[in-house]
Amino acid sequence: MTQEKSWKPWALLSPALTAVFFFLVVPTLFVIVYSFWLRAPTGQDIPAFQFSNYAKFFADMFYPGLLIRTIRVALEAVALSLIMGYIPAYFFSQTKSKHKNMLIILILLPFWVSFIIRAMSWINILGDTGLINYVLLKLHIIANPISMLYNEGSVLMGLVQFLLPFMILNIYVSLEGIDKNLVPAAKSLGCTEWQAFKEVTLPLSLPGVSAGSLLVFVLAAGTYLPPMILGGPQNAMMANMVFKRVIGTLDWPFGSAISVILLVLIGLIVYAYNRYLGISQIFKSLS
Amino acid sequence: MNNSIVQLRNVVKRFDDVLAVEKMDLDIEEGTLVTLLGPSGCGKTTILRMIAGLEDCSEGDIYIKGKRVNDVPVHKRNLGMIFQDYALFPHKTIYDNVAFGLKYRDVSKAEIKKRVTRALETVRLPGVEFRKPAQLSGGQQQRIALARAIVIEPDVLLMDEPLSALDENLREEMRQEVDNLQSELGITTIFVTHDQREALSMSDNIIVMKDGLKQQEGGPEEVYDAPVNHFVADFLGHCNFYACRILGRENGLLKVEVADGKTLYSEHDEGWDVGKELELLVRAQKIEVVARGDTIPDTEVNIFDGIVKSRMYMGGEAWYFVELQDGTVVHAISISREFPFRDKDAVTLHIPPRHCRLIPKET
Ligand SMILES: Nc1ncnc2c1ncn2[C@@H]1O[C@H](COP(=O)(O)OP(=O)(O)O)[C@@H](O)[C@H]1O
Ligand SMILES: [Mg+2]
Repeated sequence: MTQEKSWKPWALLSPALTAVFFFLVVPTLFVIVYSFWLRAPTGQDIPAFQFSNYAKFFADMFYPGLLIRTIRVALEAVALSLIMGYIPAYFFSQTKSKHKNMLIILILLPFWVSFIIRAMSWINILGDTGLINYVLLKLHIIANPISMLYNEGSVLMGLVQFLLPFMILNIYVSLEGIDKNLVPAAKSLGCTEWQAFKEVTLPLSLPGVSAGSLLVFVLAAGTYLPPMILGGPQNAMMANMVFKRVIGTLDWPFGSAISVILLVLIGLIVYAYNRYLGISQIFKSLS
Repeated sequence: MNNSIVQLRNVVKRFDDVLAVEKMDLDIEEGTLVTLLGPSGCGKTTILRMIAGLEDCSEGDIYIKGKRVNDVPVHKRNLGMIFQDYALFPHKTIYDNVAFGLKYRDVSKAEIKKRVTRALETVRLPGVEFRKPAQLSGGQQQRIALARAIVIEPDVLLMDEPLSALDENLREEMRQEVDNLQSELGITTIFVTHDQREALSMSDNIIVMKDGLKQQEGGPEEVYDAPVNHFVADFLGHCNFYACRILGRENGLLKVEVADGKTLYSEHDEGWDVGKELELLVRAQKIEVVARGDTIPDTEVNIFDGIVKSRMYMGGEAWYFVELQDGTVVHAISISREFPFRDKDAVTLHIPPRHCRLIPKET
């Protein structure tokens, strides 16, 4: 009977595990294997086990610089969505409105529209011939269009609009989990509203803050659409370079090596997070 | 003014279209333990929260120590609050939990340490300073909550069903502990509960509530023995109710007729007119059950023969459901050590006239 019990969960999981294996593990393994291959001057990929692709990455500061920029932009996206996300999450957790669930669904509404369309629409608003410049020019407030697109700011904006819901939901879940009597208890002991927030609400929402931050960081660090659509060449991130190498110059081995480096780096960060904070927090917010 | 420390005058609370508290007047004397007793949803928590300042009154005034506090924020009211689920700060140590209120009160570090240690001794939990709340049992957590509240020497202690989350045995123990602590420290306490036994055992005064309205206010014996209406009588314990009509007076006793023409005599007489329709109530514990044929000393009235229809053994007491000749079923609880009667036994019931209460007929 225990025999039977021990294989049953695996049997039930097997369709999902098979899918994960073929669509996630196998391609990743391919990428890792590819990263050691050799690219012949003729453009052929030759099976091999050598480190020239990695050596190339670290040969000068160009690629490491890209890596550092990727991390910096991802951290900026985390910081921005943290600031912009905490307030609505706090509002949702406090409101007694009957429409609370409606409001939370509205947060998810953007996911129903393709990211590309959402990103492209910014061009119509912020572009040189976009809405804002059009109005300002017509009103003669400015003489020449202000360039608002294709810089790090616009990339960040694209990232944040895409990632903010993840941050809001993570923080919201952890705020919702706080015992509703803790703040009254703190106030009865002498705290003002703000002191009670600092003493109770904020520290107890930190698990959601850190889970949201990790999720936003990982998603931002691996993203390629926002920098591609809303950024200039100088704003490229790691994933854009992978795209350029693999699709542009068809250099699969080098593109794979870049992917692996990014993968290892993000893996290390997730590992460290799990080690010190516990990954289960993320699952808690998703359930 | 009298020596009431907390006063409510005509306090009303509305939530949108829900009337949670209706015209509440309350006077709580310094040093007493007063219980708000009533079923869930009758507005007990709302009253407590208004006194604490966590909720505004829709109408009326609240005074603490003679001062109107309607516009005084929570953190300036100097009240201790205890919640059903303890509401300890889970991320702080026990020490920091208990010291919390002192931190906001200009008390020196050394003095805080002294007072926290003393508070933990008072609740009989010395030495747990550096644990986290989750490492303590429910009863221990509630004692820490108590320590946290009393350490600030509040003017009034507000407790919202503080024992409901504990299991039966622990509840009994904690009830005594809260009671002892309260009388030892002499701290004015407002205690909210839906458990009549809790209310009866620890209160100086009980306020029975229903649907946001005060039904009766008085000492435990008063509300138990002399309930003013059907609801209060029923809520405080097992009762037999009979619709009845006043027939007259005999030998200094009020003579009433219940349905089916039975007559009973009652000592309770508020000068009602003959013919007045009322409701007669008798607590199940007050009815004597003896074997048929045994004599009941000192009385010839309110004696009825019946047959035990069913019985329940409840440990310390025995419940009998006795069917009288006319089919009426009477619930009697006897606390005798023996458990003498069985189903179908012929018994005689005696309902002492002084335990017959008359209350307004339910409409
Ligand atoms: N914040 C609130 N919003 C709306 N209605 C409320 C609120 N708090 C309490 N009520 C209503 O007020 C009534 C009394 O509630 P409460 O004081 O919590 O009762 P109790 O503590 O006696 O169980 C209930 O009908 C409840 O639904
Ligand atoms: Mg309540």
